[in-house]
Amino acid sequence: MTYLRPNSLAEALDLLAKAPCRILAGGTDLYPATTRSSLTGPILDITAIAELSALRDERDCWRLGATMRWTDVIRADLPAAFDGLKLAAREVGAQQIQNQGTLAGNLCNASPAADGVPPLLTLDAQVELASVAGVRQLPLLSFITGVRQTALRQDEMVTAVLVPKASAEGRSSFLKLGARKYLVISIAMVAVRLAVKDERLIEVALAIGSCSAVARRLPALEQQLLGATTEAACQRLDDQAVAAQLAPIDDIRGSAAYRSRAAAELLRRCLRAAADPQEEERAA
Amino acid sequence: MTLIEPARASDLGSQTSLRVNGRDVCVAAAPTKRLSAVLRDDLGLSGTKVGCDAGDCGACTVLVDGAQVCACLMPLGQAEGRAVTTVEGLDRNGLSALQQSFLRHGAAQCGICTPGMLMAASALLAEVPRPSPAEAEEALGGVLCRCTGYRKILDAVCDAWRQSEGRAGGESEAVAGSAVGAAVLRLDGPPKVTGRDRFGADSWPEAALGVRVLRSPHHHAAFSFGDIEGWSATLPGVEVVLTAADIPGRNAFGVIPPFADQPALAPSPARFRGEAVALVAGEAAVIEALDLESFPIQWEPLPAVLTAMEAKEAAAPQLHDSRPGNLLTAGFVERGEPDAALAAAAHLVEGAIETGYVEHAYIEPEAGISWMDGDTLVIEAGTQAPAMDRSDTAAVLGLPEERVRIVPTATGGGFGSKLDLSLQPLIGLVTLKTGRPARLVYSRRESMMSTTKRHPARLHASLGADAEGRVTAMNLEGDFNTGAYASWGPTVANRVPVHASGPYRTPHYRATGRAIHSNGPISGAFRGFGVPQAAILQETLYDEMAERCGLDRLEFRCLNAFRDGDVTATGQQIFGVGILECLEALREPWSEALAEADRQNAAGGQLKRGVGLASCWYGCGNTSLSNPSTIKVGIAPDGAAVLHQGAVDIGQGSNTVIAQICADALGLPLSSFRLLGGDTAITPDAGKTSASRQTYVTGKAAQMAGAALRAKLLRHANVTHSARLSLDGGSLCLVDEGAERRLDLSSLPRDADGYVFAAMESYDPPTTTLDAKGQGIPYAVYGYGVQMVELEVDCRLGKVRLLRFTAAHDLGRVINPLLAEGQIEGGIAQGIGLALMEEYLPGRTENLHDYLIPSAGDVPEVRSILIEKPDPEGPFGAKGLGEHALIPTAPAILNAIRHATGAKITKLPALPHRVLEAIEAAGAGT
Repeated sequence: MTYLRPNSLAEALDLLAKAPCRILAGGTDLYPATTRSSLTGPILDITAIAELSALRDERDCWRLGATMRWTDVIRADLPAAFDGLKLAAREVGAQQIQNQGTLAGNLCNASPAADGVPPLLTLDAQVELASVAGVRQLPLLSFITGVRQTALRQDEMVTAVLVPKASAEGRSSFLKLGARKYLVISIAMVAVRLAVKDERLIEVALAIGSCSAVARRLPALEQQLLGATTEAACQRLDDQAVAAQLAPIDDIRGSAAYRSRAAAELLRRCLRAAADPQEEERAA
Repeated sequence: MTLIEPARASDLGSQTSLRVNGRDVCVAAAPTKRLSAVLRDDLGLSGTKVGCDAGDCGACTVLVDGAQVCACLMPLGQAEGRAVTTVEGLDRNGLSALQQSFLRHGAAQCGICTPGMLMAASALLAEVPRPSPAEAEEALGGVLCRCTGYRKILDAVCDAWRQSEGRAGGESEAVAGSAVGAAVLRLDGPPKVTGRDRFGADSWPEAALGVRVLRSPHHHAAFSFGDIEGWSATLPGVEVVLTAADIPGRNAFGVIPPFADQPALAPSPARFRGEAVALVAGEAAVIEALDLESFPIQWEPLPAVLTAMEAKEAAAPQLHDSRPGNLLTAGFVERGEPDAALAAAAHLVEGAIETGYVEHAYIEPEAGISWMDGDTLVIEAGTQAPAMDRSDTAAVLGLPEERVRIVPTATGGGFGSKLDLSLQPLIGLVTLKTGRPARLVYSRRESMMSTTKRHPARLHASLGADAEGRVTAMNLEGDFNTGAYASWGPTVANRVPVHASGPYRTPHYRATGRAIHSNGPISGAFRGFGVPQAAILQETLYDEMAERCGLDRLEFRCLNAFRDGDVTATGQQIFGVGILECLEALREPWSEALAEADRQNAAGGQLKRGVGLASCWYGCGNTSLSNPSTIKVGIAPDGAAVLHQGAVDIGQGSNTVIAQICADALGLPLSSFRLLGGDTAITPDAGKTSASRQTYVTGKAAQMAGAALRAKLLRHANVTHSARLSLDGGSLCLVDEGAERRLDLSSLPRDADGYVFAAMESYDPPTTTLDAKGQGIPYAVYGYGVQMVELEVDCRLGKVRLLRFTAAHDLGRVINPLLAEGQIEGGIAQGIGLALMEEYLPGRTENLHDYLIPSAGDVPEVRSILIEKPDPEGPFGAKGLGEHALIPTAPAILNAIRHATGAKITKLPALPHRVLEAIEAAGAGT
């Protein structure tokens, strides 16, 4: 077994270029997948690379380092548009998992129920991928390609999540529905980011998770809500309109039909919560 | 402690330096080894527990640089240069305030989650010394507890900042005759809060063989082995492979001897997914790393039935030749003329309910070790029934009972499942065949796949009442899916018909319970033996009937509740009946809660508040079968009263309660006592920890033994029965009417056990067999209870939020109020799981993230009201409580959901989608 824990990104990329290996960060997905006491196969541990865990305010974007832990996200000094992401961070497992699990790990694991994905979708997040060949950026939805599938190449790693400044405007919220309070995989979850001017929505981003193989943005619905008041927008978000955008499954956590309806209801509540932070507590 | 040698040279690529509990250590182990395994295997810090190896339970929570993490998810390599704190680091200067607070509040029951809870709380308290309940809940949300219901843990965390005010109940331990009724802190508490209690997985005997179990991946499959010898020859370090052919004794065990049918290792075919078919034992590291996929076995899947409904069909595969129609057994009780009475009833309600498999989900998976001591096979493992383990293990291994010794470790939760054998015959077989010690720790998945579950039930019932609202008749039929083997299926089939009336007068009655085999997991004992499932139907029908009769739901129950001297459906006249007292104790909270719900609902909106209640009664001990307990107590020459306490404490508190009873019967203070556990070599059989029997049955034996020893002492000293006793160093002091007699214990002769005085007494509840119509005395003592819940239903999401429970339980005599509250809160937590989230699906929910049990955020405040209506038979009037506390919870929740929304739930768990469907069916959606 090889275990490598380089201090620099360059070193890590070199190692990746030489031989395929599994990338280990928070461990919250790799360890549950085995009953053994240690991981097998070549392991590249990227948690000693300081630059990967940093949050940076860059000119055009917010740069969230790949190995930022969810607790780092919760504590980060970020604009209100990230409140939804912070709420999602607080719903990842429980505090232990938030202290260990990383932002990029959540994306690379590509679960349909990844808590981080819907809020990042509302922020138009881009995923930065690096290899010795160079750096590329993919929109989040081009990065996650299916259930447990991503566009990550074997010689690549995720180095950051980038949120364009233009999308980091307004306010946001997040709601997760599960059968228990902590340590729960959602039945459905929604994220909303919006900007209001003169009581009218001038910007709306809606996303739903756990109701399709990959969480979805709802661009068609977003268009219909622009210019409306929050309440009018909620009226337009009727169950059928939302359901048409989704492809939920029946499983142990809930029926497909229920998921669609719950998603619509959560979306209306989340929209109100984003518009009026006071609403948040009542919605939860 | 012997440390296991690290696996292979290739794993020794590096040394990792870290600081553990303030000490610099350097570990030579694979850098991707889980930190939890490093702490336990390499550093001997077994206070860090492992419950799932997947971050689902939080038992392994430790602090890394002050932040709580799951040690099972962290590679050793990431701990390089960092400070790790484990539970062993908390009491370096005596018990910390937090640990003391845990003891004071009764926050530890079985103790398996306690280290994780303490560490999660420590992280919080370092930042927020006086946390709010909400902050505590969030900090502890990642640690699951199956015993306590979390409330006492949260209280302990919020209260830890207060200076310890000495031990509550300290006086009751020092003064003779004051133990019963006092909130004595659990006598076995300190090792639970320091992490030093030893559970099944906490020992590593030198040179112990590791053991892995090959299990069926199919619900039903024939199989044949290939070249096992050739396979193992390629694996250096593998010592032995064992199959059914190697079992020297009777390859059929079972908790009820006439029904014993479960092979320790199955010959073909395997009858359920998870059934053990072979063992591989060898050098621990090799065994751990073994790829069992390569084992030479060919499976041929066979048609399988997974539900009782399918299994009853004529064409269904038959599980056991001797049980046609897959019927294991049926229980039946009939009294009066139920058909005629139902036909004549002024009001009639009918209903059906369906429940699924429920997993016990104790946080400690099965684990244990075995070795030969001379020609005695010793097995040390967690258990609820050491004596039963001994006889069944001996039978499987073809040994006389005397050659098997069972040493119970601390048991990290049981709830019924650890009554059955699990790994005992497996490690026993390995040791017997190799002569070497063996060690086996089940993975979470293995534990969930292979051990027993609560019976899935399909029940149908009719209830009739007269015009005044008096119940006249009930007819109930139930099919219980008992899975592949008998286990406790017969008990469920028999218990349900006895109890299905609820604690109510039902002059005309018929109830049938059938245990039906399937290829599902084995259904066994789970807190209530089928009675909780039956109570769900009976108590929800009671709500409907109350409505039909135009009566308040509580008053309807009061009207029908058993009174002293009433006769039950089995024709038994009962006394010490406290159900009415429980109902009356809830009258005021009930009317307040109803008024509050009305106020809240008047405002409209999507949240609707509801109030529900439900009752229970439950017979303590075996149904119509002998189940004696024996207690031995002696006075040692060093001046200690030594209690051989064989009632295994799996967290419920028997170590404390039995000692309290014995202390008062003997007339010595608790502080004079020394406790010995249920080791079959030294302690007589106190029966199994099951059927809510220990406080009553073993308690009665302890009372009798204490009284007998007292009589001996008084006789020896020739003093009257009013003498006050005390032990003072090596002497026994007896004060009688002002005169003092002092006996120098060291100068007196000793018996074979080394005691100067000793007494041993047995007690067996006076029951009778039931006749063909189920008439007779199935139990000598019953306990009673009523629970009320206030909740809110989100009518658009179908989500239920519990607000508060008020629980009144009749304990006859409260031996220990603190522990009693703990039982009530824990029972309610499991009832919440049954009602709202738990369903085990073989092959689908074999872990603790798909199988959900309540977390710290899912159990609301519980107000306990302890009622004392003395039982004529129980010790000091005491009755059992353990299972009672779970029975009313689920029906109370369903009744409250219906009160809030009109929604009638007929399939459990009441997951949000089911609740929403039911709300819509009731036409009450908003």
